[in-house]
Amino acid sequence: MNRFFAIALLPLLALLSACNAVVMSPSGDVAVQQRDLIIISTVLMLVIIIPVMVLTVFFAWKYRQSNTDAPYDPEWDHSTQLELIIWAAPLLIIICLGAVTWMATHLLDPYRPLGRISPGKAISETVKPLQVEVVALDWKWLFIYPEYGIASVNEMAAPVDRPIAFRLTSSAVMNSFYIPALAGQIYTMPGMQTKLSAVINHPGEYEGFSANYSGAGFSGMRFAFHGLPDEGFEKWIADVKSKGTTLDRMTYLQLEQPSEKVPVQHYASVDPELFSAVLNRCVERGKMCMSEMDEIDAKGGLGMAGIYNTRSLEYDKYTRRGGAVFGPDPAFVVGICTTEEALQASMNIQTLPPLNTSPFVGAGLPRPSPTQLFGLQRRPSNS
Amino acid sequence: MFDNPELIKLVFGRLTLESFPLHEPILVVTFIVVALGGIAVVGALTYFRLWGYLWHEWFTTVDHKRIGIMYMILGIIMLLRGFADAIMIRLQQAMAFNGSEGYLNAHHFDQIFTAHGVIMIFFVAMPLVTGLMNFVVPLQIGARDVSFPFLNNFSFWMTAAGAALVMMSLFVGEFARTGWLAYPPLSGIGYSPDAGMDYYIWALQIAGIGTLLSGVNLLATIVKMRAPGMTMMKLPIFTWTALCTNVLIVAAFPVLTAVLALLTLDRYVGTNFFTNDFGGNPMMYVNLIWIWGHPEVYILILPAFGIFSEVTSTFASKRLFGYTSMVYATIVITILAYLVWLHHFFTMGSGASVNSFFGITTMIISIPTGAKIFNWLFTMYRGRIRFELPMMWTIAFMLTFVIGGMTGVLLAVPPADFVLHNSLFLVAHFHNVIIGGVLFGLFAGIYYWFPKAFGFRLDPFWGKMSFWFWVVGFYFAFMPLYILGLMGVTRRLRTFEDPSLQIWFIIAGFGAFLVAIGILSFLIQIFVSIRNREALRDLTGDPWDGRTLEWSTASPPPAYNFAFTPVIHDLDSWYDMKKRGYKRPEKGFRAIHMPSNTGTGIILAGISIVFGFAMIWYIWWLAAVTAIALVAVSIGHTFNYKRDFHISADEVVSSENARTELLAAGLKS
Repeated sequence: MNRFFAIALLPLLALLSACNAVVMSPSGDVAVQQRDLIIISTVLMLVIIIPVMVLTVFFAWKYRQSNTDAPYDPEWDHSTQLELIIWAAPLLIIICLGAVTWMATHLLDPYRPLGRISPGKAISETVKPLQVEVVALDWKWLFIYPEYGIASVNEMAAPVDRPIAFRLTSSAVMNSFYIPALAGQIYTMPGMQTKLSAVINHPGEYEGFSANYSGAGFSGMRFAFHGLPDEGFEKWIADVKSKGTTLDRMTYLQLEQPSEKVPVQHYASVDPELFSAVLNRCVERGKMCMSEMDEIDAKGGLGMAGIYNTRSLEYDKYTRRGGAVFGPDPAFVVGICTTEEALQASMNIQTLPPLNTSPFVGAGLPRPSPTQLFGLQRRPSNS
Repeated sequence: MFDNPELIKLVFGRLTLESFPLHEPILVVTFIVVALGGIAVVGALTYFRLWGYLWHEWFTTVDHKRIGIMYMILGIIMLLRGFADAIMIRLQQAMAFNGSEGYLNAHHFDQIFTAHGVIMIFFVAMPLVTGLMNFVVPLQIGARDVSFPFLNNFSFWMTAAGAALVMMSLFVGEFARTGWLAYPPLSGIGYSPDAGMDYYIWALQIAGIGTLLSGVNLLATIVKMRAPGMTMMKLPIFTWTALCTNVLIVAAFPVLTAVLALLTLDRYVGTNFFTNDFGGNPMMYVNLIWIWGHPEVYILILPAFGIFSEVTSTFASKRLFGYTSMVYATIVITILAYLVWLHHFFTMGSGASVNSFFGITTMIISIPTGAKIFNWLFTMYRGRIRFELPMMWTIAFMLTFVIGGMTGVLLAVPPADFVLHNSLFLVAHFHNVIIGGVLFGLFAGIYYWFPKAFGFRLDPFWGKMSFWFWVVGFYFAFMPLYILGLMGVTRRLRTFEDPSLQIWFIIAGFGAFLVAIGILSFLIQIFVSIRNREALRDLTGDPWDGRTLEWSTASPPPAYNFAFTPVIHDLDSWYDMKKRGYKRPEKGFRAIHMPSNTGTGIILAGISIVFGFAMIWYIWWLAAVTAIALVAVSIGHTFNYKRDFHISADEVVSSENARTELLAAGLKS
């Protein structure tokens, strides 16, 4: 049985030698605290695990059949004292661990603004966190810096020792945003926003990726995260501004289409409403934003009229990839009038030409033919 | 007809020649091998004229013992398929470095890891667990069969039908590429329009009916069919765990059925339960599937705990330490199993209070589990431990499972989970508890009850080979994954960039290779044991000096299990009977009322396969025909009045006399 034990210890030994275990030696304060929690919890549990393993081996060896010297008591099956210990010992450990968990979960809540830069280094009142808006696309990452009005694909930079406040969403399917050196991961979900607070303490180039399987291009969904000194970060911003192109809604819709292992791209200017449009699933002009839909619904909704307020979808990913066989044609809710649009119109900014001029599906307009409705003709083959 | 695409579409739905994966050489070769193997088996069965025997004695049987054995065979066959997937994953991940794409494209690799998870949980672990419960529970409680014998046959065939659909996806079309729980929106029609996802849905729905009904059946059996005197606190501990498992099945599986039904509506009629637009919320699916999914892991592990309790007590030749506390621990785990599901997605952003609640409830489960480990420990204390194969697996379990338990509690700490979630550390953790807990338990159970089922023991030499290759192989395969997880490597990756990771994947691949030898040794062991069955014969029916009622019967037990219903006076009733000098009755036998075999179960399951296939490929006329056929056959079965028969007193006398002679022969030798 000793062989077991030696094998069980192997990973611990190997761990000591594996210097590049990034989870165990991260460079951001949040990840460092999470690492410490792993160690504390493991040690707490080893208090009970090691005696159990030792006792298992010892009892198995001592009370083997051939050892007739060992006491044998076939009727002994109860001991109140032992039962008390059996239940109390794990209970005590779990009480300790539970207390640690409660505190740490609240302190390291990704939604909570950071309390410190690093151990013993408080956040100065004047420093505002770096805002970064992250969109997980199929299969690449888009980072928008609203303060600077820039964006990049598959590359992100942040100044050392300045808190970062991420806001994250996804364009199509669920992903998980994870830079192991910086902080724990958080899901990115379509139509939903998550938040993450983090800070990087050491300059360097780190790896980021999606930690939730999201389809064919998932393995290549990686990006570089640069922790830079302040001047380096300013230079990176300047570089992006000087060399990048423009990211407007049309460019975004192009970018959003599935692609794999996309090289780094920089955008010198970004539509300021883009992230909110992505989050509310209304990048396409004329589509009603989820936030507006929520507001309408909160006021009682549109009633029956609401079901006519749809338009068949021709260019979004649903027609690209498939629709329900007995379902209606893919459609979307038409925006009635968004404040942004009204604002934009009043500022006389050039609007994008409509991508689709096919008639609205609604009251008074021709309905799709039955064959179209049953989807027998328009389904692309599945090869 | 072939020049009319509309007609072809009407007849074949979306099934076309392109649906057959002729462009995948791996699949073509596999298909040829499987086809040749299949032809050989069918040929042999025909040549030896075994079809009638199989049909009358096995396929249509309502005997819980034979159904249990068929579940085990199904589980072991599917283990080979699931393990083949595992080997392919390990090979791909060991190769795909330095810009190499490995040997699998994303389309194939993503199907493989999905199929691996689905098969191992639904069609390996579940049939093996259900099979053991089916075989053992009625014997342990002194019953002649389960409460609903026909339902039992039907449940088995529905599970087999689900497995058949999954296997079919290998050669007709494809399987899901979504991961084993198929989170939407990825699994929705917008992102997975192919037939693979529909194979997933219909295979699980059909098998799920079987699982749910078998849960109802065993629950009723344990509650209603215990021998006189067997109060709840005299129930053998394995039966207790089976009871709790079936409570979990009955309460959890309808959730799976419902959530898959909602996803089916999304995919077939365009509802928006889990879509991104029109008010759908994919995260509802994640919640619902884990409300089933977490109890599911306890469905698997509780019977394994029961097996370890039986084995430890038998092979330490000692009463189980702390029976009462074992029972309460099992009940507490059963209840808590419903209160922890959210720990599978702490990273969704539920907020600190919700996360801490679910983190702490998860940790609390480790208290009754820890109590169980201590109870086994003190069962060994002052025992006389015989290191037969079941006991070896138990010791291996105790040492392995605590590591998995520890990493599990670690993952229950939400901030730690933020860095370890979805990593290979997580993969290592759940393989650590499912292999180290469930599978080791199933092996202990198989070795323990095999002589009861077949009348001879399994060959110990090949058993030990299998044991050591499995255990050492497990450590080689999964300890590197813990390390890779700490190096920040996430799961389900097909290619890698950092070359320093490769060595760990190669070690893991080596471990999988050792496990392969372990599985091979197991198969050789069965073959060798069948060949040497005379030498390994168990004449007594009680080869391990057992303690529970199943060991009072012959090996294998007669169809009616017990000629006289036993009366129970104590826990460990057979041990108690032996101690008090129990004399087996040798006369006074009477005719025994038994349920008749019926082919309805296999027929219904066969129609279900065709129905599932028709729904998957949009062959609506066939779906309609088979749906009507399902209802018609079910109604028709209610008019089946040949439901029961009597085993005549003469037959009982002759089979009981044969046992008397065997026992006498056993005493002489």
